[in-house]
Amino acid sequence: MSDSKQIVNHVEKLALLEISPEEKDRFSEQIGKILKFVEKLNELDTTKIKPTSHILPVQNVTRRDSPVPSISRENVIKLAPEANNEFYIVPPVIQEFQEA
Amino acid sequence: MNTDFEPVIGLEVHVQLNTKTKIFCGCSTKFGLLPNTSICPVCLGYPGVLPVMNEEVVRSAVKVCLMMDFMINTYSRMDRKNYFYPDLPKGYQISQFDNPIGVKGKLSIDTDEGKKEIGITRIHIEEDAGKLIHGDGVSYVDFNRTGVPLLEIVSEPDIRSSKEAYLYLKKLKQILEYTKISDCNMEEGSLRCDANVSIRPKGQAQFGTKTEIKNLNSFKFVQKALDYEIERQMNVLKEGGTISQETRLFDSGTGKTKTMRSKEEAHDYHYFPEPDLLPIMVSEGMIKEATFSLPEKPDDKCARFEKQYGLPAYDASVLTADPSTADYYEECAKFCSNYKMISNWMMGEWLRELNERSVSAVDSPVLAKDLAGLLNMIENGKISGKIAKEIFPEMVKTGKTAEQIVQEKGLTVISDTGAIETMIKEVLGKNEKSVQDYKNGKKGVLGFLIGQVMKASKGKADPKKVNELMEKILS
Repeated sequence: MSDSKQIVNHVEKLALLEISPEEKDRFSEQIGKILKFVEKLNELDTTKIKPTSHILPVQNVTRRDSPVPSISRENVIKLAPEANNEFYIVPPVIQEFQEA
Repeated sequence: MNTDFEPVIGLEVHVQLNTKTKIFCGCSTKFGLLPNTSICPVCLGYPGVLPVMNEEVVRSAVKVCLMMDFMINTYSRMDRKNYFYPDLPKGYQISQFDNPIGVKGKLSIDTDEGKKEIGITRIHIEEDAGKLIHGDGVSYVDFNRTGVPLLEIVSEPDIRSSKEAYLYLKKLKQILEYTKISDCNMEEGSLRCDANVSIRPKGQAQFGTKTEIKNLNSFKFVQKALDYEIERQMNVLKEGGTISQETRLFDSGTGKTKTMRSKEEAHDYHYFPEPDLLPIMVSEGMIKEATFSLPEKPDDKCARFEKQYGLPAYDASVLTADPSTADYYEECAKFCSNYKMISNWMMGEWLRELNERSVSAVDSPVLAKDLAGLLNMIENGKISGKIAKEIFPEMVKTGKTAEQIVQEKGLTVISDTGAIETMIKEVLGKNEKSVQDYKNGKKGVLGFLIGQVMKASKGKADPKKVNELMEKILS
């Protein structure tokens, strides 16, 4: 299996997606192209550059610990694919056990 | 095969901070609100929102770092930990990965073999996930807890028994309570613990394969789960098997740990720096400010109680177990100078009342000043210790002071010399043999005779005076 095909399979599992075989072929090809481009970036010598996660010289942006009103439950919950008056409803999350 | 095994334990503790608002938004963190009423686009992770760090979270983290001798990282950063689970609306948890707020902390526990230092690998800031409620064929999600600030405190694998694990947790909780940054309420989930445990033949330097135990809702459960798991691992190895690295759940009903079968592949969190939040640079000034507001450390307070109030080590450790009990003691000590008597009463009657009501010292039904008042009445000979023990429950029930109760019930001590002398003479007349024994050198009967006088007075006679007069009359 090609590297990009393996990546697609791995991401499918991590992201809990279901991808059809046709889609897999298409995505593999696209991801392959992206990887190739990133490899190109690897040609650049960055040994003397510190890893940068923020480019602005700004730190410690904080806010006061004082409450502000939340939004109404009714308005948010109606955006959920499934909900009752109080809760979001999701497929059952049951942790499976086995005696050992 | 060498059957002498040694357990190696490391603990991960999550502590919820008691800030008023969530870590990145202004939603309230109050416990017990109606489901999904303390939520907003930020904590629900809607596109385009901007999380902003709660300043109190950084302040609390720095305080905890200082209380446990952590090395505070001057540059620390939030990272995204990516995974999918229904209680995580954004699809990632904002946490800290390679630049946590503090590293290399420590605390010391009192084992039977003396003090032992337990290393703490790291402490980092992160957000809590929502709560799942399992229903019939579906699960319900409450996002109120999503984004509540947490500190995760990860110990070194320095712990060698379930008892040490228990002591470590107790000490950690004590320090957190002193620092007042969390309610540390295990029932409400504000303190949670996972345990990593492996075993190895004694003397072997290399660690064995570890398992991780989750679902530990109390310190007692941690100890029980570890005991079970250590035993289980030993049996597996003795039978020639191997331990598989896995997550196990503790079932408090059976006292056993069970494999948690996971459908997911090995965790692959793809950590990367959180682009929406700026780095945290802890400055000298922030450390100074935090230092200024730090409480006396529990061990220091305990040592001071021994010295300042002349208390035995045991008393000092009981009275300083939590900060509110220690404060209560010191408040009493302002009004009553018999420090050992305060200690005895607090560890006895007082603690019993609190435990019966399951309240902490802050909610003591009797004010410190009033307990001191009661004890002063004993000190001044106005009431006997026995009467005091009858008065105390009355104080608890009615909230009245000892003075008031004594007056209302006419419980004042009889300290009138004439009246006591009459009682003594009466008792001596009825116990001629004991009097003879006393005169023949059997000094022990004195206690019996005094007891008889106290009984005759229904406990109201001033015991000091009875003692004095008795010796005088008998000599």
